[in-house]
Amino acid sequence: MGYQKYDLAPLTHSIDQFLYSHLSSTWAFLAEMTLIGVVFLIFYAVIGLYLVLAERKVCAFMQNRIGPNRVGWFGVIQTIADLFKLLLKELITIRKADKLLFNIAPFIVIIASFLGIAAIPFAMGLHAIDFNIGIFYIMAVSSVGVVGILIAGWSSNNKYSLIGAMRSGAQIVSYELSVGLSLLVIVIYSGTLQLSTLVESQADAWWIIKGHIPAILAFFVFVTAGTAETNRGPFDLAEAESELTAGFHTEYSGIKFAFFFLAEYMNMFLVASVAATVFLGGWMPLHIPGMEGFNNAMDFIPPIVWYFGKTAFVIFLMMWIKWTFPRLRIDQLLNLEWKYLLPINLVNIVVVALIVLMGWYIK
Amino acid sequence: MSEEKKVIVELDENPEYIINMGPQHPSTHGVLRFEVSLQGETVKYLIPHCGYIHRGIEKMCESLTYPQIIHLTDRLDYLSAHMNNEAVSLCVEKALDIEVPERVKYIRSILSELNRIASHQLWWCAFGMDLGGLTCFFYGLRDREKILDIFEESCGSRLLHSFVVPGGLMHDVHPNFKQSIRDFIKYFRKLLPEYDTLLTGNVIFQNRTRDLGIMSKETAINYGITGPSGRASGFACDVRKVEPYSAYPYIDFKEILYTEGDTFHRYKARMDEMWESMVILEKLLDKMPDGNDYTAKMKPVIKLPEGEYFQRVETARGELGVYIVSDGNKTPYRLKLRTPNFSNLFVMNKLTAGYKIADLVAISGSLDLVIPDIDR
Amino acid sequence: MEQEQLKEKIVALLPEAEFMTNKQYLDVIVPANKLHAFVTSLKETNDLKFDYLFCLSGVDWPNYFTVVYHITSSEYGHSIVVKVKTDGRENPEVPSLFDIYATAEFHEREVYDLLGVKFTNHPDLRRIFLEDTWVGYPLRKDYKDEINIIER
Repeated sequence: MGYQKYDLAPLTHSIDQFLYSHLSSTWAFLAEMTLIGVVFLIFYAVIGLYLVLAERKVCAFMQNRIGPNRVGWFGVIQTIADLFKLLLKELITIRKADKLLFNIAPFIVIIASFLGIAAIPFAMGLHAIDFNIGIFYIMAVSSVGVVGILIAGWSSNNKYSLIGAMRSGAQIVSYELSVGLSLLVIVIYSGTLQLSTLVESQADAWWIIKGHIPAILAFFVFVTAGTAETNRGPFDLAEAESELTAGFHTEYSGIKFAFFFLAEYMNMFLVASVAATVFLGGWMPLHIPGMEGFNNAMDFIPPIVWYFGKTAFVIFLMMWIKWTFPRLRIDQLLNLEWKYLLPINLVNIVVVALIVLMGWYIK
Repeated sequence: MSEEKKVIVELDENPEYIINMGPQHPSTHGVLRFEVSLQGETVKYLIPHCGYIHRGIEKMCESLTYPQIIHLTDRLDYLSAHMNNEAVSLCVEKALDIEVPERVKYIRSILSELNRIASHQLWWCAFGMDLGGLTCFFYGLRDREKILDIFEESCGSRLLHSFVVPGGLMHDVHPNFKQSIRDFIKYFRKLLPEYDTLLTGNVIFQNRTRDLGIMSKETAINYGITGPSGRASGFACDVRKVEPYSAYPYIDFKEILYTEGDTFHRYKARMDEMWESMVILEKLLDKMPDGNDYTAKMKPVIKLPEGEYFQRVETARGELGVYIVSDGNKTPYRLKLRTPNFSNLFVMNKLTAGYKIADLVAISGSLDLVIPDIDR
Repeated sequence: MEQEQLKEKIVALLPEAEFMTNKQYLDVIVPANKLHAFVTSLKETNDLKFDYLFCLSGVDWPNYFTVVYHITSSEYGHSIVVKVKTDGRENPEVPSLFDIYATAEFHEREVYDLLGVKFTNHPDLRRIFLEDTWVGYPLRKDYKDEINIIER
């Protein structure tokens, strides 16, 4: 296939071999780990900051405004300036707060989102770790974040924070189901949990096309539930500004607040990445069976562009939803999950199982 | 944070989870405090605490002359400054038996209606934002700007006009007055449907507001809920109809009445009022006489004859009453302001008990409270 | 209903009512002990139906206070002004009308807060604008505040 000319595996392998040939295996392993850690840290920071900027630009576009345009060209370094401002702010310690938990919470939240990124295949041969249970791993790790939110709300000694945290708990526990079940649809189709093989399996066409109705349904359920799981509008009840001032992070200031803020955007990135990888083919170019010329033309676009393009599309979709809809109420939110999304999902899975058994999908 | 003994959450036998919404809170729209007792997310009861912006306007008025008082009334309900000015002016004119020129009456009513639209626009922004739709805020402000430009052109200021004074107007309106209002109506007719597409038709919005905080007609009358909030419950309290003043008797218009009395219909009443205000504006503009007389002949020092005078005016939020007791001096002996928001506020407990916190925000948003008007 | 007709009806309800001339509304002065019963009958009499209390104010006079009730009928549209005088200035007391008009509860709290007129039977007579520890009643004519009020 044409896209294989952009395979990055030789590059990563040569680095690997270079390290192992010059260092003892322990040191080489450590050096590799450090290298990956540093690369991810930088990647994380850059993506986080530019997602904030993107959100501000998209929201400005929705609201007939210009958005940040003073710091740098079109405001490109606005968020970096904001980050420095947050770094310089005082870290206010709350009297009567549970100090240990209060300080740990932002780290739990940010680590949870950080861990999830590790398993995402960014391009052919470019991912940190290729689990054979990749999807399961991402789901497991990303739901740790709610622990951080609960701890933040509990330890702040603020009643608004506590309500926010409890809302968030109820919300994430229920929407986790929909996220898992909607991903399961594609897992049944493809028969694998490993993200790299999942992407490879979409070489002829993406699952959202191959899997037709159930896959499209699952995609919308996933985006909805994913939006809810990242606490973004219209599901931003945990930090509902007009009700709970700022919800679970009311009492946080400075860089600890920035951690929550960044984690929110990284979670959004994670959800968008998973949606892109599982439903939209990840880094796989758009292929239509039987159209060789078109497929070859598509292959000229490097996979990394495809990956970021799709992710950006899903992120834009989520921002669009956030800046258009008003917020749901907690009971409506839970109703939506337990009375609509979950039954839809369960039926969907049964239908998919039938479809796969009968072979009624595009192979 | 005053008592040292308090732990994170009190675990009494009968725990009351009380949160203070305000005085600094995004959805109280000012310095108002709700003491809310919660059971889970459900509101058990609510006690409003006001007075954080009590400036003693009534006391101040007792040592000011009538033209000076005008400038204080702007600061009551700062979103309907023209109507507030008009109320005091009309009351003084009534006491002095002065008939202001026809043209002034029309200009006053036109300004009031424009002010009403501007106020409802801002309310729409804030209501959308209360429900979490932040985009609404910018749509509303975009159009409100046009009205403020008209005000700036004619009155010189954008928010606190002090333009309507006893005897007439502060000065004549801009020659472009009529044309710019006609332009605005044309512009806003096109853009008001956008409000509906963004918010009114939204399924989340409908679910959040329908059948929520239902206020019966009896409750509305009993609590003295006026303005669009009262009219959404079927209480025909429009002072423009009940006790017509200025140019309202000369034209024919609809009073927006709904009988449902829920949050959605309080919303709907205001939206419809914006449409109706545009109709009223057009009718007033058509009938407005030409000329350049903007004030009746007034004495340099206004002294009201001894007695008591009352004037009711419909502001954007309900009925404003001005009660002047005069002892014949150039300052009033007592000036009482019956402000609409003061009465409207205290129905909150009755409406919100049993609903969720999010509903509390929606209901208080639908009552459209302006805090300086409550505290005075 | 015209003022004259209204006057006749009210005389029938309360013979000792005094009337005052006013261009706009009919003013009725009612003794404090008869107020509650009188206003109840104003609200409940079929052809009067004064159900909407639109203004409640207190006025400080040199020797007494008056509490002024502006009441109108949402059905018929006629209005009336009911006035009550207190006995002197030391311990002014007026019966509360909170059970007739819900809105009166809060307007009475305001009058209590600023003028110090006590409303008997009021369920929750606290200050509404000022702090609970505030000394004095600011709207009284003899209120002294040397820091904030400049005498002219």
